Amino acid sequence: MSVDQLDHRLVIKGARILGGEPQDLYVDDGVLVAEAPSGASEIDADGLVALPGLVDLHTHLREPGREDAETVLTGSRAAALGGFTAVLAMANTSPVTDTAEAAERILDLGRLAGLVDVQPVGAVTRGLAGQELAELGLMARSRAKVRVFSDDGKCVHDPRVMRRALEYVRAFGGVISQHSQDPDLAGPTACCHEGELSGRLGLPGWPGIAEEVIVARDVMLARHTNSRVHVAHVSTAGSVEVIRWAKGQGIDVTAEVTPHHLLLTTDLLAGFDPVYKVNPPLRPDEDVAALRDALADGTIDAVATDHAPHARHDKEHAFVDAAFGMLGLETALSVVSEVMVTSGAMTWSDVARVMSQNPARIAGLDGHGGTLSVGQPANLTLVDPAAIVVVDRAASASLSRNNPWHDRKLTGAVVATVLRGVPTVLDSRLLEK
Amino acid sequence: MAPAQSASAPTAPEGATPEGRTVLDARDISRALTRISHEILERNKGLQHLVLLGIPTRGVHLAQRVADRIAKVEGAQVPLGTLDITMYRDDLRKHPARGPHHTVMPPGGVDGKVVVLVDDVLFSGRTVRAALDAMNDLGRPATVRLAVLVDRGHRELPIRADHVGKNLPSARTERVMVRLEESDGYDEVRIAPMEGLEA
Amino acid sequence: MRKHLLSIDDVSVADVEALFDTAAEMHDVQRRSVKKLPALRGRTVVNLFFEDSTRTRSSFEIAGKWLSADVINVSAKGSSVSKGESLRDTVLTVAAMGVDGLVIRHAASGAAQQVSQWTDAVVINAGDGMHEHPTQALLDAYTLQRRMGTLEDKHVAIVGDVTHSRVFRSNVLLLAKLGAHVTVVAPPTLMPAGVTAWSKDAGFETSYDLDSVLPDADAVMMLRVQRERMNGAYFPSAREYTVGYGLTRDRLATLKPDAPICHPGPMNRGLEIAADAADAAQSAVLDQVSAGVAIRMSVLYHLLAGEGSAT
Repeated sequence: MSVDQLDHRLVIKGARILGGEPQDLYVDDGVLVAEAPSGASEIDADGLVALPGLVDLHTHLREPGREDAETVLTGSRAAALGGFTAVLAMANTSPVTDTAEAAERILDLGRLAGLVDVQPVGAVTRGLAGQELAELGLMARSRAKVRVFSDDGKCVHDPRVMRRALEYVRAFGGVISQHSQDPDLAGPTACCHEGELSGRLGLPGWPGIAEEVIVARDVMLARHTNSRVHVAHVSTAGSVEVIRWAKGQGIDVTAEVTPHHLLLTTDLLAGFDPVYKVNPPLRPDEDVAALRDALADGTIDAVATDHAPHARHDKEHAFVDAAFGMLGLETALSVVSEVMVTSGAMTWSDVARVMSQNPARIAGLDGHGGTLSVGQPANLTLVDPAAIVVVDRAASASLSRNNPWHDRKLTGAVVATVLRGVPTVLDSRLLEK
Repeated sequence: MAPAQSASAPTAPEGATPEGRTVLDARDISRALTRISHEILERNKGLQHLVLLGIPTRGVHLAQRVADRIAKVEGAQVPLGTLDITMYRDDLRKHPARGPHHTVMPPGGVDGKVVVLVDDVLFSGRTVRAALDAMNDLGRPATVRLAVLVDRGHRELPIRADHVGKNLPSARTERVMVRLEESDGYDEVRIAPMEGLEA
Repeated sequence: MRKHLLSIDDVSVADVEALFDTAAEMHDVQRRSVKKLPALRGRTVVNLFFEDSTRTRSSFEIAGKWLSADVINVSAKGSSVSKGESLRDTVLTVAAMGVDGLVIRHAASGAAQQVSQWTDAVVINAGDGMHEHPTQALLDAYTLQRRMGTLEDKHVAIVGDVTHSRVFRSNVLLLAKLGAHVTVVAPPTLMPAGVTAWSKDAGFETSYDLDSVLPDADAVMMLRVQRERMNGAYFPSAREYTVGYGLTRDRLATLKPDAPICHPGPMNRGLEIAADAADAAQSAVLDQVSAGVAIRMSVLYHLLAGEGSAT
């Protein structure tokens, strides 16, 4: 395959659009067109599934502040390799993304990297302190057009603050993405799921209800304020029940689940390896099963990575002292393919819905999450559904190596990513300008 | 993990045809011990300050037998103890750690006594060296002597026995096996080539 | 034996027997005027303590010294997290000095297990957070076995703040291994998470009612309860705790007269254990302390004296 990147003209041969029958896709000037443009580069997509470019509602890029763990550029590379054309960068950087200027800076760094659209998430409260609202309106009016606000890493715990935030963002169609975790039910040293294993290991845990009580409170607040709440990284069967009920009531709630909560379980903690330390924690089998069902039936709208790179020295502590989080951008599609598609629980069209269309809709991202129809921006991902990958943490484009998928065999791999007609990844390898 | 290995040698399997040849049978062993007992008494001119210390495992049984013989002759019990040398061995790091045997201080201790160490076979002399070190941590005898059932030569240290049941010329590659009623069910000393034996 | 002692799961019943046999010999050595054995001559043992513990540290230090090891105490107290150094860095720095054995105490569960993956040295867990304290369990069982002859089919009650107790977690594993029946007694707030499933799987009983358990017990282990627990709403007051779960003078009268009373120390006299119980003839508290050195000598000897333990 050879592609003239400056040309923006592509013929993608024989791709199975959303998993359907093979057909050709044509791209001219960054847009999907009906007829093959002359002089286009050709991509052989025989046997590959074409999806609209993936959109990640939940990425930590660590810049500014912890450029030793990840930068917007290295995170963008990992995203492109993972099939993403847009990512939402969480606000818990240093300094926090709680001003218009900070948000524009992230947007600009993303454009400079040029591999995916990096859309900043704004903080709900100043400095993520949970007390005063950040300048939500100014962030919304900025060049970054921030629409998703989150104190992720921390819960907006004060019900009064949460209520006001929900009310306030209605003015510009914003959404609050909540890290649902009652800090009083999850003590300051809590580091894993509270259950039989935490009891045996003597690890301070937090129970599922620490998440569920906040989800329950927030859907009621969303109903009361007639606003929109998004539940970040749902991890328990109880939360799923609450969300299902709320949707049935017509409450404007959406939810995301991470790839790791769809596959990894709390028993991995038996060896005290901090690579499995994540917030919310890995849960037991019953929760994993409920999350898969909820993703398949639409109760959970989206898969989001919660890609959380950490420098080695922040993970090589005693388990309770180590940093929370794991890598996810490069492996997300393979995990979803393995868990949901290979098992028959979902089709590729469903994958397009939960990894591209719904996330783009929730985040209000124009140009992403399309249907690969003529006239839409050519943001797309080619997937080899039969490829078997063995994850190698050393091969990651991320600066960090806290990869819980290392050595794991997964079915389904991203082969190519195209951003507005320009391939960013071909043959599973990064193409940089 | 495997349990710590016992320091005792393996016993001949029941009914198996033993390799090698017998050098002392039960009667030879008995006669040798009787002679050693008399030698000890003669050398010490009686029971005065005499103490016997057996080195586990078979040295303990031999010390007991010598003590019994002395009791018969003298009509009095010679103080008897056991001296474990496991932790004093110079080859401790060449094997997985072995559990130590019991050390029993003889009644009256060892300070100022004439201690006769009793062991089954004298070979390199390293066991005796370890025993002398172990003794050092227990007290300070006036004199230490050594009694062995078999001296097979090949000393690696300047050590010699005071009382020997039998001098047994052997090749370094040969194996000398002492079997005693108390631990093995029968009395015998056998010599066999290393081949054909489980090391 | 396995290379490290991180958890009671690392020792088999045969290992425990070997450890107890050697401990009994070490116990005899303790009574000699020269308490020195040469078994670990030339070996270096570092007591790497991230958490203060004079008792455990001294016990390991004496044990190592009586076996002729060079024992060095390194206090790494104060969070290495705040100093910017990772646990791995701290451990590698110490291990790089040529250490054969690392005795590690840390406030975090699992720390000893993590450390064992980063160094070639033999790692002995001297208490990791709320997880395990295997040498304490070994000395407790050793003490009980000497008092009672055997633990097989004996009924042992473990009473107190079990959820925060590494002593409990090691003991419940070891006592089961040695054939004892264990009843864990605590108020519901101080029971470990998921204890119902765990106890069913591991074969121990749980109870909220100390009075119903004590008369049937062949031995009782009282655990220390920290007064700070009241702030976490675990129980209302020290007085109420004592009334419900303390080994009071009245309760002592209901205990079998020969049933040993253990406590890992330090004791809160008057809170979890009355002075009458602590000082009773059936109290094994001082036996536990003297067994501590013998057990730790035994552990150090078995893990460090032989082949394969050199670095």
